[in-house]
Amino acid sequence: MKIAGILLLLTGWLLVLAAVVLLAAPASRSGFVLAGIGVEILGLVLVFRAHLPLAGERY
Amino acid sequence: MAAMVPALSEVGVALCIFLILLVPLAIAGLALINTGFVRSRSAAHAMLSTLCVVAIAASVYFVCGFAVEGYAGRPMHAISVAGKQWSWLAAEKFFFHGLELDGSPASLAALLQLFGVGLAAAIPLGSAADRWRLGASACAAVLLAGCTYPLFAHWAWGGGWLAQLGVNYSLGRGFLDCGGAGSIQAVGGLNALVMLWILGPRRGKYSPEGVPTAIPGHNTVLVLFGCLLALLGWVGLNSAGAILFTGVAPARVVLIAVNTMLSASASALTTLLITRIRFGKPDASLVANGWVGGLVASCAGCAFLEPLAALLIGVVAGALVTFSIQWLELIAVGDTVGSFSVHGLCGLWSLLAAGLFARVPGAALGQWVAQAVGIATLLGFVLPLSYGLNLLLDRVLPQRVPPEGEHQGMDLHELGAGAYPEFVTYTEESMQR
Repeated sequence: MKIAGILLLLTGWLLVLAAVVLLAAPASRSGFVLAGIGVEILGLVLVFRAHLPLAGERY
Repeated sequence: MAAMVPALSEVGVALCIFLILLVPLAIAGLALINTGFVRSRSAAHAMLSTLCVVAIAASVYFVCGFAVEGYAGRPMHAISVAGKQWSWLAAEKFFFHGLELDGSPASLAALLQLFGVGLAAAIPLGSAADRWRLGASACAAVLLAGCTYPLFAHWAWGGGWLAQLGVNYSLGRGFLDCGGAGSIQAVGGLNALVMLWILGPRRGKYSPEGVPTAIPGHNTVLVLFGCLLALLGWVGLNSAGAILFTGVAPARVVLIAVNTMLSASASALTTLLITRIRFGKPDASLVANGWVGGLVASCAGCAFLEPLAALLIGVVAGALVTFSIQWLELIAVGDTVGSFSVHGLCGLWSLLAAGLFARVPGAALGQWVAQAVGIATLLGFVLPLSYGLNLLLDRVLPQRVPPEGEHQGMDLHELGAGAYPEFVTYTEESMQR
């Protein structure tokens, strides 16, 4: 889950870069930038979940 | 594009130097806050860690950091993407070679960065306090000052591709970050999150059932005094950064100082109000975090904001700090000082707020998209890079102290002497636990 989250973070960033380079219309560019950030947030949630201590693992 | 800063007048240079010399007060404030928030048995360790990390960060930045970061208008490596130049790395020499330390904007920027990189490196110390080895934190500072920090700072401040978004793709004036909300605060805050993930919470923070217990800091007075000291440092940081990296006139320092003060005040008062309503009494530690969160939130757009907008940004930052600290505690991310919420989240909020509220003269529309691209870069590149580097470091050099070290306290375990030798802060029994 941790690796999947990190990969989603990277994917979201690449989506944002692609939107900036490939799309010229402001509306579609903005939409894809937001979509990329959405993917990153999903990745962040996954990494957070991967670091939740399991029951009995509490410090 | 990053504004090519014209040569400053003699008065401008003097003002800039004065403002830059205020920045160490931000580091001092942060050091006091970090120290006040830890247990008394780790106080000397917390302060010494800050000193060591700042010294190492400045040295590494001198050796190779500036070579990676550079400054707008100076040599840099660029690749061509669909006919546009994307500068991704500076082409400076190591050890400041080729940089005349003569009061030119580039030399002033290098001086500011020596302090800025120290501030960024000191941020994760707050999150990981009470359990992070001194040697490991020093090595992590090397990674931050030599790689993560200068790379992103080049993109945002050194004329890199983020700064060029305005020229290349008509996105406002390009990524806007006057006082280092992204380059310093968010980079430091995301590093703090990485350390939280790697180290885990402090021993004793959670019961076996997962219920968080309060581990109060040992000196709230230090924390609150640190907040006041940090205000001066932040005024210097925001003002000098705005002059050197966005090319605003030195007279705009007045507006920047007003915005910085208003944002911090609004944030602290919001935190005070929320804690008063929720707990019946104001919470001093959360109000202190709210104050610093407001300072951080003022950074990105401070030179281009109306004072009313700065006030609003501070209110949102105060709410963000309060709720995120409590949420992180509930999901067992034991942030000792709240560094990720204060520097990471408020840094990102500051960048977004600059896109929404900043009024940049002569800039094209789409400023918020440029800011969003910067935020995406922090989350999608800087965070994984920091995580990978620190995870690798943890494999080579374990970053967390052993359990007996935590019980004994970092001062005795790592330094062999406590901060307060006259006080009995631990007993034989507690040391044997």
